[in-house]
Amino acid sequence: MTAGMKVGIVRFPGSNCDADVYRAVTEGLGESATYLWHKSTDLEGVDVVVLPGGFSYGDYLRAGAIARFSPIMGEVIDFARAGGLTLGICNGFQVLCEAHLLPGALVRNRHLRFRCHDVGLRVENAATPFTTAYSEGDLLHIPIAHGEGQFVAEAATLDELEAEDRVIFRYVDRRGEATDAANPNGSARNIAGIMNHEGNILGLMPHPERHSLAVLGNTDGLAVFQSLLASVLRARGCRSDPPRAEAPEFAVGAVAGASS
Amino acid sequence: MSRVWSVDVRVTPREGILDPAGETIRRALGNLGYEGVHSVRAGRLIRLEVEADGPEAARASTEKMCEQLIANPIIEDYVVRVREG
Repeated sequence: MTAGMKVGIVRFPGSNCDADVYRAVTEGLGESATYLWHKSTDLEGVDVVVLPGGFSYGDYLRAGAIARFSPIMGEVIDFARAGGLTLGICNGFQVLCEAHLLPGALVRNRHLRFRCHDVGLRVENAATPFTTAYSEGDLLHIPIAHGEGQFVAEAATLDELEAEDRVIFRYVDRRGEATDAANPNGSARNIAGIMNHEGNILGLMPHPERHSLAVLGNTDGLAVFQSLLASVLRARGCRSDPPRAEAPEFAVGAVAGASS
Repeated sequence: MSRVWSVDVRVTPREGILDPAGETIRRALGNLGYEGVHSVRAGRLIRLEVEADGPEAARASTEKMCEQLIANPIIEDYVVRVREG
């Protein structure tokens, strides 16, 4: 067991994918993880902060709206604004948008139904701290489980995201095409995950942690965590250099390639 | 004099933002035979009791709450109404 990376997983009242992330990091990667209570104001020196899936504060008002003002979020926002690697999954993505750490918003699925099934995802940018262990164009099978995952933003914001290669994952069909049928919630331009301009904050609706261990039947999502580990180690080799979206100097582990 | 004002905040999906709930209501109305309903937008009403020095102060304080928490300006519009009496 190496001690290369310590991941902090925020627990809000109503978080329910916290343990899945914990196991992805500890069992899938053999790295260390710790839970961060929403009332805490101490990030305990973690290298990466994960806002996990769930229904924080019962999704009251808007998904993520109340969690965004939890005591821990003040620290998370400072950490993220200072370049700290921050990953928001599902409800965590909603919290990041509510906190204005990512642009746009996540609203009710277009068809109004809660969707819980695997989706096809295409890796759109493999030169980010979250995706270096993938290759651009990789097709993944990753589960979704949400009722409010339709990504919306102003057209100008969407154009900017595209122009800066900040759309990191897109919903696609078996052939890798971003069709309407492959879009599970009506998201603008089939967007499943986006990154901030500085390249250290990623939010996505699908759950990579749910496909991160062989026992779960699929490991397509593990490379997100492998990529984070590689980024942490690289940043440690050169501490003055904040995490940036650059071409990877090395990749870790196997690429999660063909969908199963 | 400070007193408690009853304040209504009406939050609706912003113009141009798809409102699937409103659209479903519109279709259901059509199925029930209500012709000519061209659009339905579904929002929420939030009623607050706010202590303030006057109606304008109650409004200003509520608008601040809207900007910070009650509405998400990226996807929602809001209207604040201080109820007299």
